[in-house]
Amino acid sequence: MTDRTWIILGASSAMARATARALAGEGVGLLLAGRDAADLALIAADCKLRGARFAEVMRFDARNAAGFAALIERASAEEGELNAAVFVGSMPAQADIDADPGLIGHVVTDNFRGPAEFLHRLAPLLEARGGGSIVGIGSVAGDRGRLGNYCYGAAKAAFHTYLSGLRNRLGRAGVHVVTVKPGFVDTAMTWGLPGMFLVASPDAVARAILKAVRKRRNVIYAPFFWRWIMLIIRMVPEPIFKKLKI
Amino acid sequence: MIWKTTEYAGWGQALKATGEVARPERQSDLLSLPPAPAFGLRRSYGDSALNSAGRVIDMTRLDRLISFDPATGLLEAEGGVRIGDLAARFAPLGWLPAVMPGTGFATIGGCIAQDVHGKNHHNAGSFCQHVTRMTLLQRGELVEVTPGTPAFRATAGGLGQTGVIVSAVVQMVPVKGAAMMVTERRAENWDEHLAYLDASTATHTVGWIDGTARGDSLGRGIVEEAESSSGLVKSHVPVATVPMNAPHFALSKPIVRAFNEVYYRRVPARGRTSVKPVGAFFFPLDKILEWNRLYGRRGFHQFQCVVPLSSAPALRAMLEEIANSGLCSPLAVLKRMGPGRGGYLSFPMEGYTLAIDFPNRDAARALIKRLEGRTAEAGGRLYFAKDSLAEGVAMRAMYPELPEWREEVRRTDPDGHLITDLVRRLGLRSAA
Ligand SMILES: Cc1cc2nc3c(=O)[nH]c(=O)nc-3n(C[C@H](O)[C@H](O)[C@H](O)COP(=O)(O)OP(=O)(O)OC[C@H]3O[C@@H](n4cnc5c(N)ncnc54)[C@H](O)[C@@H]3O)c2cc1C
Ligand SMILES: NC(=O)c1ccc[n+]([C@@H]2O[C@H](COP(=O)([O-])OP(=O)(O)OC[C@H]3O[C@@H](n4cnc5c(N)ncnc54)[C@H](OP(=O)(O)O)[C@@H]3O)[C@@H](O)[C@H]2O)c1
Repeated sequence: MTDRTWIILGASSAMARATARALAGEGVGLLLAGRDAADLALIAADCKLRGARFAEVMRFDARNAAGFAALIERASAEEGELNAAVFVGSMPAQADIDADPGLIGHVVTDNFRGPAEFLHRLAPLLEARGGGSIVGIGSVAGDRGRLGNYCYGAAKAAFHTYLSGLRNRLGRAGVHVVTVKPGFVDTAMTWGLPGMFLVASPDAVARAILKAVRKRRNVIYAPFFWRWIMLIIRMVPEPIFKKLKI
Repeated sequence: MIWKTTEYAGWGQALKATGEVARPERQSDLLSLPPAPAFGLRRSYGDSALNSAGRVIDMTRLDRLISFDPATGLLEAEGGVRIGDLAARFAPLGWLPAVMPGTGFATIGGCIAQDVHGKNHHNAGSFCQHVTRMTLLQRGELVEVTPGTPAFRATAGGLGQTGVIVSAVVQMVPVKGAAMMVTERRAENWDEHLAYLDASTATHTVGWIDGTARGDSLGRGIVEEAESSSGLVKSHVPVATVPMNAPHFALSKPIVRAFNEVYYRRVPARGRTSVKPVGAFFFPLDKILEWNRLYGRRGFHQFQCVVPLSSAPALRAMLEEIANSGLCSPLAVLKRMGPGRGGYLSFPMEGYTLAIDFPNRDAARALIKRLEGRTAEAGGRLYFAKDSLAEGVAMRAMYPELPEWREEVRRTDPDGHLITDLVRRLGLRSAA
């Protein structure tokens, strides 16, 4: 199938780049959306040389919903199967948020509000086409509020809940929604942070994502073993959990 | 965070550094960093990619292909692109980089900064002879450098001292396909081995040498010759990872001797010809990820020298000393080089090059020291990509164009921000 098109939101992220490259190898068309136009242009050139049917740079800023329509319009001009993957997200240090609670607004917009509003505007198009997939990158941080990053976690939890509802809705039209909850991934977001362990490569996460799309999985952890780690973390009773520093 | 404090090592694992590492994910991140030396995949064995006195920049995330023109074969790519990645993507389209080192896990930046050579050096020359443009980050500015200029000659094989290699245009060469037709034959001793290398008319020629064979069999090995070929072959993917450091006896004398015997006998006495995937021929060791752990926690050294053609007897004497020491590992390579070199500090010279791994032990270090002395006496030189033990005085004398290089580097990095452990250890930038 070479008439597939993927919209990649937050295409400058290392995880998104790895996914876009893997998709390029399958010959799909790519709309690479984000804020860093110079970097996106290089990613587009790279994807084209790696086999993408086409690769175009589009602007996407989660904090500027007025810009969403242009991207959706561009996507609608492509015939065939449309898909979207959302890698957008931001994680300021919890200490920075404690110092300036105003940052919570951005965290919510970048991780939840912007992506959700975009997907909501895109959804009717996919429903009309009766196929395609949506991939939303959440986080294990959304599974339970922890001392170190609970504002980010809360925004990701909101996104998870949103994706679950969207899956419920779009499944009826043959559109599949995959929620991806990465553990620690070796990207700019985690570089140099203390306490990282079992860090996965962006390529490994990209492979897991595309496999989940193929197999029409609903919720995956990436790498898979985070499912078990998070199961344990979610089972710790709140009276004990509230005293933990993890 | 921008800087991550970590311990990192050269491929030999014998030399390590601890310090702050930045890993830019995009060019704008790179441009906003203060000047520091860059590294690629740290496939250099010693300390050329280390800086224990300051910060370093990991270039591996800047790995995008930028443009390719099928009419000319010119490919532009970022400095962090892996050679093996290029081979895998372009061989099926009928193109390969003109020069590839023995591992696909070397970046374009690393191949330029060491001006690497491949199994076709006698025909194609060195890597930088096929680079038509480089974009460097010099003192905070992007600068374009083209062949024929001092800036180019100082950057080719210049150990990253003229600036960070952000991207480069390399000449790809047309090939028949993603396969190689490989002929292997036994060379029973040193004289036969050299005779085969001298007489070879193949595009790619390399000798594997049994560093444990002595007496009449000294210098025995297998000479591989190869040409590009079409044909369907399975792609070359890693089959295993060495999960942890091996115990020190894993590569002990009896094991190496037994391995080499089997390896030698594997090729029938009458020789054989087979079709292999491009990767299997060019990057045989890449099949096993992190094989450097086989040498254990203490790591290993590679000794690589090149001596002029007329010094073949001296090289034979060196091999004799190695064979008698019983310290050699299975990985030993003999090759005839042509004169091609791209920069002031490029390693190649017309002659024979010998590369042998040794475990990091007192006896091996002492042996390497003696071999270094013999190399100097033979009018040869040691390779910066492999060295971790040489003395500055001896090493500097092997590179007669060092003054020209220094002058250019003084201009492009006057404050010495790009100095690495190797450059410091060998005193390459201090006027002798
Ligand atoms: C199994 C194996 C086989 C090999 N076979 C060969 C061979 O056949 N022929 C050969 O010539 N070599 C060979 N080598 C050596 C290898 O090709 C070189 O060491 C090469 O430089 C490794 O590239 P790298 O990306 O790992 O560079 P690194 O080792 O990370 O860096 C090497 C040097 O380049 C500089 N550098 C790296 N990237 C940049 C950049 N973007 N900008 C500025 N400076 C930079 C570093 O500062 C350092 O001085 C082999 C190595 C191995 C492990
Ligand atoms: N790394 C991990 O360990 C980890 C773990 C779990 C989940 N995640 C999630 O994985 C996703 C990818 O992250 P990453 O690790 O690859 O880190 P990253 O490089 O920081 O990626 C985040 C991406 O989000 C984009 N972004 C942020 N705010 C935006 C906004 N307002 N509008 C548009 N784009 C915006 C960034 O764009 P710019 O290029 O314009 O800055 C960047 O491309 C994120 O959703 C992250 O939360 C990461």
